[in-house]
Amino acid sequence: MSHATPTIAPTAVPISDTERDELRRHGILLTGLEELYNWGRSHSVWPLNFGLACCAIEMIAASMAKFDIARFGSEVFRPSPRQADLLIVSGTVTKKMAPQVVRLWNQMPEPKYCIAMGACAISGGPFKQGYNVLKGIDRFIPVDIYIPGCPPRPEALLNGLVQLQEKIRGQKISGPDAPRHLRDDTDCNCAVPEFGEHDLEPPQNDAMFQPPPPLVRSAKT
Amino acid sequence: METVEQIRDRLLARFPAARISVVNNPAPAAQHSLLLGADHAVAIARFLRDDPELLLDQCSNVTGVDWPEKEIVGSVKSTVPDPAGGPPKVVEQKTTRLEPGRLEVVYHLYSIARRHGPVVLRLHTGDRTDAVTLPSLTPVWRSCEFQEREVFDLFGVVFSGHPDLRRILMWDAFKDHPMRKDYVEPDDYEWEPTPHGEVLAKAKEHYPAAPNARIAPGPGGANP
Repeated sequence: MSHATPTIAPTAVPISDTERDELRRHGILLTGLEELYNWGRSHSVWPLNFGLACCAIEMIAASMAKFDIARFGSEVFRPSPRQADLLIVSGTVTKKMAPQVVRLWNQMPEPKYCIAMGACAISGGPFKQGYNVLKGIDRFIPVDIYIPGCPPRPEALLNGLVQLQEKIRGQKISGPDAPRHLRDDTDCNCAVPEFGEHDLEPPQNDAMFQPPPPLVRSAKT
Repeated sequence: METVEQIRDRLLARFPAARISVVNNPAPAAQHSLLLGADHAVAIARFLRDDPELLLDQCSNVTGVDWPEKEIVGSVKSTVPDPAGGPPKVVEQKTTRLEPGRLEVVYHLYSIARRHGPVVLRLHTGDRTDAVTLPSLTPVWRSCEFQEREVFDLFGVVFSGHPDLRRILMWDAFKDHPMRKDYVEPDDYEWEPTPHGEVLAKAKEHYPAAPNARIAPGPGGANP
C-alpha cells in the first residue's frame, strides 16, 4: 500500500500491512493512487501488432485461444504504434530493419515498454556473426524484459509479460525513481541510426549501450 | 530429356558463333552444366525457353559464385636421356599459373510443360572489378528479376537489360558486396562464451589472452 502523506491527510496514522490485510478480509479496501494507477496499467498492456521472424509465430500463438494472452489483459494487439504500450521485438533484427524498429519505438507514446523476445532480439542469436544482423536491439532502444529461447515458447512470453506487470506495479509515480514518462529530465526519443556505407551509423547508441568491458582473464587455477 | 552434350550440339548448330562448353560435375549428382559466352546468352536462353523439345519455361534459381584469383600449381613431366646409357630419367617440373578471378552466375531451368529439368546455365564475367557486366535473362524469364537483383547486391554482378537493377537485401547506400570472398565485415565482434572456428580467431584478436584461461571474477561477483 501507499502510505498517506501528511499533506493529504495530516492526521492519518500509517497502518501496517497486517492491519490492512485484516481490513481487506472485512471487505474494506485501502489503497493509494500509485497502487491503483499501476494496477490498472499493468493489466492493460497493449502490444504493438509487430513481428519480425519466427518468434512472432510464437507471439501469435500466445495471443490465440490455447495460450490466451487475454488472461493477462494484453490481447489487444494494436496495429498502430500510437495506440500501443508494448513493443515485443520478436525475431531477428537486421541492420536494414533496425532504423524502422527504432522509429516505431519513438512513435509509441509513453509510458511504453519493450520486450526483447528470443535469442536474436537479445544478442543476434544464431545469426550473431552475420554481416547484416543487429547484435541485440538493446543497442538502440531500452529493453525492459529479455526472454531467452529460440524461439521462446508462448508460456515464456506470458511469463515475460507477468514479469513486466510486476515491474510496472513496482514503479513510483513521483520522485527520482519515477519512470521516464513522469520526469522532465529524460528524453524519451531514441536516436535513429542512419544507413552507412558499410554499417549502421552509429553501429550502436553509445548513450544507451555499453559493450561488455574487455575481460580480465586470469591464469587457469 | 536430352543430355547436356546433345543440347550443346543443337545450340552450336543453331548459334555457330556462340561459345558454349559443357562443365562437368564429378559429384554423384552428375549435374553437368552449360557455360555460355555472354554475347549470345539472351538468344540462347530464348531458344531454350521456346524450343518445343526442351520448353524450359521456368527459371527456378539464380545464384552467384565468386572465384577469386588463384595460383594453380601443375607439373610437367619430361624424360631426359641418361648420358651414362642407363634408362631415361623422368624429370618433373613444377609450373605455376595465375588463374584470373571472375564472378559466375548460375541459372537453374526447369520445364513445367515437359516435366523435366534442371538444365544449368553458367555465365562468367571478365574479372571481379571492371568487367562485371553480364546480360540479364529477366526479359526471358520474369522470375529472374529479384534473384538477379540479389546477385547484383551480394556479388556485384551488373546485369545489362535488367528492368530494375537495385539492391534488394542491403540498403541502397551500402557499398560492399557481402558474399564476395574478400568482403570485410564491420568489426563489431562481441564477447561470447564458446567461440570456435573463425569466431575463435576474432575472439583472440579482441581479447588477446590465453583462450582457455578462466575469466577473473568481476567486481560484482563471480563470473565463471
